[in-house]
Amino acid sequence: MIIKVLGSGCSNCKKLEENTRKAVEELGIEATIEKVTDFKKIMAYGVMKTPALVVDEKVQIMGRVPSADEIKKYL
Amino acid sequence: MMNVISQIFTWINNEILKMTWLSDLIQGLVENVFGLSLKERLGGSVHFFIYDTIKIFILLSVLIFLISYIQSYFPPERTKKILGNIKGIKGNILGALLGTITPFCSCSSIPIFIGFNAAGLPLGITFSFLISSPLVDLASLLILMSFFGAKIAIAYVVVGLILAVVGGTIIDKLGLEKYVEGYVKEIENVDVEVIELTRKDRISYSKQQVKDVFHKVWLYVLIGVGIGAAIHNWIPQSIIETVVGNNNPFAVLLATAVGIPMYADIFGTLPIAEALFQKGVGIGTVLSFMMAVTALSLPSIIMLSKVVKPKLLTIFVAIVVTGIVIIGYLFNAFSFMFV
Repeated sequence: MIIKVLGSGCSNCKKLEENTRKAVEELGIEATIEKVTDFKKIMAYGVMKTPALVVDEKVQIMGRVPSADEIKKYL
Repeated sequence: MMNVISQIFTWINNEILKMTWLSDLIQGLVENVFGLSLKERLGGSVHFFIYDTIKIFILLSVLIFLISYIQSYFPPERTKKILGNIKGIKGNILGALLGTITPFCSCSSIPIFIGFNAAGLPLGITFSFLISSPLVDLASLLILMSFFGAKIAIAYVVVGLILAVVGGTIIDKLGLEKYVEGYVKEIENVDVEVIELTRKDRISYSKQQVKDVFHKVWLYVLIGVGIGAAIHNWIPQSIIETVVGNNNPFAVLLATAVGIPMYADIFGTLPIAEALFQKGVGIGTVLSFMMAVTALSLPSIIMLSKVVKPKLLTIFVAIVVTGIVIIGYLFNAFSFMFV
């Protein structure tokens, strides 16, 4: 599973990354988590409000920071 | 029948928005527990401080929650799709309206600008959106109702939308597309599927928004209420009247000039505006101050400077400032209709 956290360094983006790592850990699944900060790459997904979560190239979460438990259902 | 409706509306206005019960409660606290008279300066300002702080925090929590819930249906990605096919002034109007229900933070100004541009939206429609988004939103409408009454609140929203539509249309007519930064035009449009959130998701998002906004503004609210209390009870009426009162023909300009560099939330500026208004400052002057604070902020101007060239940025700021000043003078001139 390839997970990408889209966001350019604001505190919400960091929180999304943290919660995502926690979710992956607690589920015990194999996944790489990549941080995407270049806004051209972010916009290439059509996302206009960060942070956003992309799982296997599909945008699952846009513009909000769900808890680790909520993120699990997208993984 | 009409009498009943009008009574219900008055009740809602007094109990829920103005929270007269809270004012009475705090009055009891200040007079009986602290032993201070509300007619004295100290008692008056303590009452103002406690009552206004609590009122604003309650309103903030409830309004942000409700509004975020509604806004969760209108992410900018969806707005882009809705606006994508509409041209002309209808687009400006729709853009301005959607700006009011789209959650806005200055961090999204760049992606929104680029995204709308890439989707082929005329420049003016994007600007109508960007003007109305920070200026008018459901939370400010309700909170203005609470502090100034329904007539003024609705007038503020209508006028704010007109400013957004006119401003955007002017920018369209001036044909300023060449002043958009080059790289912006090279970005291709990508439509993303807007994910439908479950009710649980929306509630969790709304709760999160309340926490986030609280975190961002609580200090500004306290400072704002502090200044408001000072104006309310400590600064002599004569000084206020001379500087920003209706005797000063430049009051609106001054209020606007002071408001522009201020980076504060509407929640923080409200107690200041309320105190000034109660001291007899013109409603137009007060509204210009609030509009100047919310419509233009240093972070969003810095963001915009990265996507548009200086000339377009200057024209944009000039249009908004001129609009705010005109609105201020108009409201002052016609204040007999509202007050």
